[in-house]
Amino acid sequence: MINILLIAFIMSLVHMGLSKRLNTYIGVLAFQGVLLFGVSFIELIEINVVNLLFVLLETIVFKTIAIPYVLNYVIKKNKITREADPFLPDFLSVVIITTIIIGSFLLSNTIEDPHIRKIFFVTALSALFTGLYFIISRKKIITHVMGFIIIENGVFVLSLAVGTEMPMLVNIGILLDIFASVLILGVFVNKIGDVLKEQDVDQLRNLKD
Amino acid sequence: MIGVYLIGAVLISLALFINRNKKLNYLLVTAFVILQWALTIFEYTHEDITQLVYFTADAFAIIFLVTLSIICVAAFWYSYIFFAKEVDIPRQRSIYYASMVLLLMALSAAYLSNNIAITWIFVEITTLSSSALIYHRRNVRTLEGTWKYVFVCSISITFVFIGILFLTVAVQQAGIEDLNYKILLSNAGSFNVFWLKLAFLFIFTGFTSKAGLVPMYTAGIDAKDKAPSPAGALFGSVLMNVGFLGIFRFYEIISHTSILPWANKILIISGVLSIFVATVYILKVKNFKRLFAYSSVEHMGLIILGLASGGVGYYAAILHVVLHSFAKSTMFFQVGQVYRIYKSKSIYDAGNYFKYNTAGAMVLLLGFFIVTAMPPSGMFVSEFLIFRSLFESNHLWLLAIVLLLLTMIIWSFGKNIFKMLFIKPVGFNEETIEKINPMESLSQYIFLALVIYLGLNPPIQFVNLINNAIQHLPK
Repeated sequence: MINILLIAFIMSLVHMGLSKRLNTYIGVLAFQGVLLFGVSFIELIEINVVNLLFVLLETIVFKTIAIPYVLNYVIKKNKITREADPFLPDFLSVVIITTIIIGSFLLSNTIEDPHIRKIFFVTALSALFTGLYFIISRKKIITHVMGFIIIENGVFVLSLAVGTEMPMLVNIGILLDIFASVLILGVFVNKIGDVLKEQDVDQLRNLKD
Repeated sequence: MIGVYLIGAVLISLALFINRNKKLNYLLVTAFVILQWALTIFEYTHEDITQLVYFTADAFAIIFLVTLSIICVAAFWYSYIFFAKEVDIPRQRSIYYASMVLLLMALSAAYLSNNIAITWIFVEITTLSSSALIYHRRNVRTLEGTWKYVFVCSISITFVFIGILFLTVAVQQAGIEDLNYKILLSNAGSFNVFWLKLAFLFIFTGFTSKAGLVPMYTAGIDAKDKAPSPAGALFGSVLMNVGFLGIFRFYEIISHTSILPWANKILIISGVLSIFVATVYILKVKNFKRLFAYSSVEHMGLIILGLASGGVGYYAAILHVVLHSFAKSTMFFQVGQVYRIYKSKSIYDAGNYFKYNTAGAMVLLLGFFIVTAMPPSGMFVSEFLIFRSLFESNHLWLLAIVLLLLTMIIWSFGKNIFKMLFIKPVGFNEETIEKINPMESLSQYIFLALVIYLGLNPPIQFVNLINNAIQHLPK
């Protein structure tokens, strides 16, 4: 079951590379939240109830509902156009993301370690690098935030992979998730929309040497 | 004591945030300075005693904590002047002081923590509080600086977390359940090297955003440029120290394993690239705040080279960190005065500074000699020792390249500083400038004197502290 969920997660990454519209991205992020809910539910059901509740709250309430809602709100409030404006064509995007996935697969295969399950590792690494690729290759600031959320999802999977014996760390990871997302989205929602007319990275290019 | 300090600092910060009364604000700030010094003196007299499970004042933490406490007094003093001279909006002032107190609290706690996860949490808090400081002026430029800083720091802090996750894999295999530095240090030999390598890569990359090294140095530059100069002084000194601390603590663990030579290579690459990048930009920039910010990148590069080459380099690296903190914060404090006269940060608009503010101009001139590590600067001693350690560890080519780059930096630095000091500015209206009280530069002279004193004739307690701090590193 976990395998299916994680593979769906990886496929959602490819789908993100393929799609053009911001709404699709938000939908995929919400979907990833549901997948992470499933994975953590199966993984953590044996550990204590408080921890489990905390994790579930985070994946469902935070990742699936709150973040997509805020992103939608930002897009509507600032009248951001619905195109994602990538620097590269979609086809190339898909090729690059697929390469990333294959690369993380090959990398994970070199690890000989009974403690870590490879599928988690592959998923986490793919999400990490896809998120970075998203940040590099998209023009709008809001897609940068989305890239960061993908990275966080990857970190979440990674912390599940190694953290089942160390639940304290999973909690810290969640703390990071909430903290950083709130911080970034907070700056984003409140300020950037008020000051700038167009949500383009080009507008934030004055500080340079 | 640390518990009292943490609760007290958070309460003071909250009170500052809620309260907008000017007098009460400064009363609270004074209370915080007293609290900070009480903590510093307490920790200094209680070396190596663990409090609240997660905090231990080892020699390394004490050195940084004392540095912080000295600099924070000056930072608050210059903030006071800053608000006396600039527009003083109560809301902005209270947010400024609240976040500065929070920043100093998080830094002190990060220095003192003995657990890598706790260090990580407090470093995360520094990102939050410093972003409020960068955004102080509330315009498009500061927004850009804040956005870049928050974004880059969030990604790097995520990197550190990933590194910690990899570290836990290694730790679990060795049968340990704790991420305490001491326990990690004593069991370092039994960790799986593969996971340790991955952990080192991620943790090092993550902390470079705070330490101001290649690859993540960019965010710090904009932050120092856009923040008010007293806050910039904190970013250029004590905030960089926390990044160095993160790298150093993990390097200590690595130094007991077989991957030490590999880790040294990474550090050397990062260090040399940092100096190179700093040189390229110092030759180019015309904004003196950014000039000093890039100079910090250069010094951090030297420090990392000292750490990587070992031997006497360990001692020199720590000495250099402390001296650099005092020297660079002085320069940023002075920049505040320069800005008040010329209303611009561009070197083109500034000039003939001796005529308008003699005391400040002397600071700039002396500061130039001190920051570029010419005798009698204390940094001359530490840089000389770093070069010696590079020489002794057979990095001759590296040494040649670094010396060449440093020469270029000194040339460009001198060109810009002397232009500001002696050459007449074009189209500058002399009548409207304000007179700056020479007493305002007093603490800058004290800091510069401290750099010379600590470098040339370090007191025995200071030397002992440094030697204790590096006792876990291989001889």
